[in-house]
Amino acid sequence: MGGTQKKKFERGSATNYITRNRARKKLQLSLPDFRRLCILKGIYPHEPKHKKKVNKGSTAPRTFYLLKDIRFLLHEPIVAKFREYKIFVRKLRKAYGKTEWSAVERLKENKPTYKLDHIIKERYPSFIDALRDIDDALCMCFLFSTFARTGKCHVQTITLCRRLTVEWMNYVIASRSLRKVFISIKGIYYQAEVMGQLITWLVPYQFSHDHPTDVDYRVMATFTELYTTLLGFVNFRLYHSLNLVYPPKKLAALSASLARVVSTAEEEDAQLDQFPTEEEDLEKAEAREKEQVQLETQKKIFEGLKFFLNREVPRESLAFVIRCFGGNVSWDKSVCIGSTYDVTDETITHQIVDRPNVDKRYINRYYIQPQWVYDCVNAKVLLPVEDYFLGVTLPPHLSPFVEEKDGDYVPPEKLKIMALQRGERPEDEEEEEEDDEEDDEEENEDDEDEAEEKNLKEMEKQKSQGKSLQVKVTPGKMKVENPVRLEQEEKAEEKRLAIMMMKKKEKYLYDKIMFGKKRKIREANKLAAKRKAFDDEEKAKKKKTKN
Amino acid sequence: MEQRSAMKKVREKTKRKTKEVEEEEREELFNLNNKAAEKDEEDDDLSDSEDSEYSGLEDSGSDSEDEEEESGDVEEDDAGSNEDHDKQNQQTKVKNNKNKKGTTEGKQEKKEDEYEHDTSDEEDIRNTVGNIPMEWYKDFPHIGYDLDGKKIFKPIRNKDELDEFLDKMENPDYWRTVHDKQTGRDIVLSDEQVDLVNRLQRGQFGDINFNEYQPTVEFFSSDVMIHPVTNRPADKRSFIPSLIEKEKVSKLVHAIKMGWIKPRRVQDDSKDRYYDLWASEDSSILAKHRMHLPAPKVPLPGHEESYNPPPEYLFTEEEKAVWEQQDPEDRKLPFIPKKFSSLRHVPAYSRFIHEKFERCLDLYLCPRQRKMRVNVNPEDLIPKLPKPKDLQPFPTTQSLVYRGHSSLVRSISVSPSGQWLASGSDDGSVRFWEVCSARCMKTVQVGGAVKSIAWNPNPALCLLAVAVDSSVLILSPSLGDKLVVSSSERLLAGSQEDNPSEGPEPVVWSETEGEELKEGIHLKIQHPKAVHQVTWHAKGDYLASVMPDNSSHLQVFIHQLSRRRSQNPFRRNKGLVQSVAFHPIRPFFFVATQRYVRIYNLVKQEMTKKLQANSKWISNIAVHPGGDHVICGSYDCKLSWFDLDLSTKPYKVLRHHKRAVRSVAYHKGYPLFASASDDGTVIVCHGTVFNDLLQNPLIVPVKVLRGHVITHDLGVLDVTFHPTQPWIFSSGADATIRLFT
Repeated sequence: MGGTQKKKFERGSATNYITRNRARKKLQLSLPDFRRLCILKGIYPHEPKHKKKVNKGSTAPRTFYLLKDIRFLLHEPIVAKFREYKIFVRKLRKAYGKTEWSAVERLKENKPTYKLDHIIKERYPSFIDALRDIDDALCMCFLFSTFARTGKCHVQTITLCRRLTVEWMNYVIASRSLRKVFISIKGIYYQAEVMGQLITWLVPYQFSHDHPTDVDYRVMATFTELYTTLLGFVNFRLYHSLNLVYPPKKLAALSASLARVVSTAEEEDAQLDQFPTEEEDLEKAEAREKEQVQLETQKKIFEGLKFFLNREVPRESLAFVIRCFGGNVSWDKSVCIGSTYDVTDETITHQIVDRPNVDKRYINRYYIQPQWVYDCVNAKVLLPVEDYFLGVTLPPHLSPFVEEKDGDYVPPEKLKIMALQRGERPEDEEEEEEDDEEDDEEENEDDEDEAEEKNLKEMEKQKSQGKSLQVKVTPGKMKVENPVRLEQEEKAEEKRLAIMMMKKKEKYLYDKIMFGKKRKIREANKLAAKRKAFDDEEKAKKKKTKN
Repeated sequence: MEQRSAMKKVREKTKRKTKEVEEEEREELFNLNNKAAEKDEEDDDLSDSEDSEYSGLEDSGSDSEDEEEESGDVEEDDAGSNEDHDKQNQQTKVKNNKNKKGTTEGKQEKKEDEYEHDTSDEEDIRNTVGNIPMEWYKDFPHIGYDLDGKKIFKPIRNKDELDEFLDKMENPDYWRTVHDKQTGRDIVLSDEQVDLVNRLQRGQFGDINFNEYQPTVEFFSSDVMIHPVTNRPADKRSFIPSLIEKEKVSKLVHAIKMGWIKPRRVQDDSKDRYYDLWASEDSSILAKHRMHLPAPKVPLPGHEESYNPPPEYLFTEEEKAVWEQQDPEDRKLPFIPKKFSSLRHVPAYSRFIHEKFERCLDLYLCPRQRKMRVNVNPEDLIPKLPKPKDLQPFPTTQSLVYRGHSSLVRSISVSPSGQWLASGSDDGSVRFWEVCSARCMKTVQVGGAVKSIAWNPNPALCLLAVAVDSSVLILSPSLGDKLVVSSSERLLAGSQEDNPSEGPEPVVWSETEGEELKEGIHLKIQHPKAVHQVTWHAKGDYLASVMPDNSSHLQVFIHQLSRRRSQNPFRRNKGLVQSVAFHPIRPFFFVATQRYVRIYNLVKQEMTKKLQANSKWISNIAVHPGGDHVICGSYDCKLSWFDLDLSTKPYKVLRHHKRAVRSVAYHKGYPLFASASDDGTVIVCHGTVFNDLLQNPLIVPVKVLRGHVITHDLGVLDVTFHPTQPWIFSSGADATIRLFT
């Protein structure tokens, strides 16, 4: 036959991928350096579609990089810097060994450094790209800013992280872009909308960490190196978008506003413009408008309120949240610098307290627990303060990130909040009881049906026994046929028969989908049942105490 | 004087002994033991180590003759000194008494008292020659010098080999006698000493009372003790500020003040470090970005992660136990939901750094792949079929139940007129029912489990074939039209034809008499093996019977009723025959083995087709009245529809049943077919066959009929349609027959 013999694995997907070890050899880097390079440049392994083809017929587990990615790394200037640094370390060690202190001094002065600016620019060609990817950067910087200065990483990194996160928080305050807050057992989640991007970050509670031993801090430090650079540039850009100077001065207390934010009125005017829309879009437009209005009210939710934070509440978080929504906030002078007014100020409307009781009370202010602030933000309305007074069992704190679809379980507290949002007043428990009665009635109906069925079964039994069939005529009962129910049954049967005729492949897919759906329903039912049991228990307890 | 001093010495010694014997015995014994142990091993080094080893024994043996009184066991060679001995003994006794009385001796004695309790004198050697080989003294009468520099004399009589031998033979204590080279004496070991030696040789501790396995007392354990290990009070210096440090600090402060020490230069590049990186945005997309797969974001938290979640999200005890047992990968939630009454109670999350680290690992280590997720509406997957309502008529409800059998009803058959129903059961009876009234018209006992029953399809005859054990009975039920009954009986009686038998026939035709004839059983066709199925040809003259047997070619017989002749159409065994059927119009014969259905042309005597059922074990087949389609049910829950014009593979395989399919049937007039299964259901399907060859049959399931009760894992055993009406009969293991209309 004509033509040359084609060898296997020399064309197609096998040539597009390269294993990690080969990549490392190609780049002539040690494994730690390769790892650093991958982290900084954002290179990650790819899972090939046909692993066996790429792996040259073997099924051994291997990680593959795209060959193009590795080629792209070849020309990275930072690789040269890595090598320089390696040589620097070698020279320094030698100088130390020979106790040539002048040489040590000289070497230290000329320590090779590198910048990541070009990498940031390359990874995020536009500012929006950078914003989209800033979640992880924020989380990591907030974590590092809480580290103690005890050798897990450089002190400069910690201070830099602290500075950048404070700058970020101040930007969020100034631009009023915080949307949701959630106190979880891990920490406090915040969600802000910056330039149309939803950015979520998690801040750990202010405790010292007990550092785990099975965590490689070098990896985290490399990531932080990249993230601080990214966050710095993003902050710069964001501050400039608000016509503010970057870097700002003295912000750590989160009390002083950056500058009187320039003319928000103008922006509002711009937003209120309406464009001629088609009729179909009218509804959407209306919905959007409504949302816009809601957003505006949410932004000003704490405006005109004056808060005072007791020393036991998480000051930074609360100050951040309150100021994001236009409230005034202060704290005791001894807690932190930057307090603007004292406890004795008569104009304070809310004092946030997290202890069983307070010795000295002022009449004209509410003493509330910190959850109120967060719940108000999430509900977008000022919630009634009665549920959050001192010593009161708090209502559950719900995640604002959950959006329930049809058929999902919705906790009753959420329903209440939704009712409040619609402007309905919370009604008394009587209604609930009525509901209960209705339920009972329904149950009764069900019971009747069941009884009927039982009777029928018994009759059948008697028939089947044959001999014991009594020759006795009982007055017949009119069987009321429910036409709706009949129709439903018919339809259900039709569907069942049609499902029987499905092809095997489709049946498998269908079964899988239905299984998922059923599991969802089952989980929702389980939650509902658990809730019901809990409520019943509560009710029983109440009755007992009443009696 | 000399005597006196000597006496004093002796006194001293004895005194010392009485006090110290108990104390020193232990040491002695130890040393002895050492010797014994070492003697075994190193005979060469004996001379070097001897001295020190024997040193402890010196107490007892060093002072030549004087002190043997301590133990009567010690052999005294020197008989001459016995008298002296006695004297001394007496004296020592006296002295002891004196001591007891509290009388004090001279100054010398007091001086000596100092050494009384001095137990550290292991070097206290009576023989002062030191650590030398003792053979150096072998030519001298003495073997060394005592502390006063006087000679220690050898025992007078040395033992020669003969003595040694005699001693060995006669002395019962010879085995425990040890020779002390330094004093030249033999020492007989006491029982305790021997015991000690034995114990040490066994590697045990010398002291009997010593417990090797005492419970250990841990001083430095994880438990915090209430008292300090050392009771030392803290130093004073730990309470007062250090002066030296103060000096050092003040020096440093001074140096800083004077500007001698400068703080480390910190690069303050915060001004120019950041700039507007995206000032000139270029939208050039690098090659890398085309393949870029952005990492998925961290999923947002749900209600269960709240510090104060609604009560339904908290784990119950069981859920908690399950969570703890699961592997971390299998857990739905990576944490246990917790409820705190207020914010100040919330602790730090212990896995925070872990989780962030894992996220980092995911970002740079986890292989990424683009996966297309298809969003399918499950309703779209359901095929659009014509509504069952439009395909009526078909049986929908159970209208009659025929009761009477006492065991499972294996087979039923409807008369061609549709008026009568015959059923055969395991209770050994054949019952005839009137279809419309469910009345049992007649019961015939056939004396065995009825495996199969078939009504002759010829409407001019009223005959029934019944398979009982290894025979097929031809039964005339004498129901209905008298003309028909008489004609059929005539047929059975009239056809008397003796066919010349060629050798031993496998099948024997016989006529019945007496009781059986009265019951209606006219003919009996005796088979060599148990018959499982009988079926009639459409004309009603031929009858096929099946005897499944894997090892023989005698599995199927075709009988001709009019000529009372039987023949075995097959020469070779092609597998276990499950079911057979005649083609309704043409001379074809269907034979279903375990996996295949073979179609034979009876005229040409050849196989025309072989259908592959794609199932493990066929249970039953039925042929469409048109003759071009076959359905076969199988024990692996499948029902296959074959279009004979189309292919030898099934046109459609229906997996409607959950259990084995036992029986299948076509309706003679309506486009209906049904399958009965062990799951207790009968499924009726609509199956239109079009005359146009291009159009495939339309198969729609129209009704699932339930009613039979599953007994002994058996559900419905047989199913058959009414010949004219859209009715269906089914017989089950619950000993009933049901009619669905």
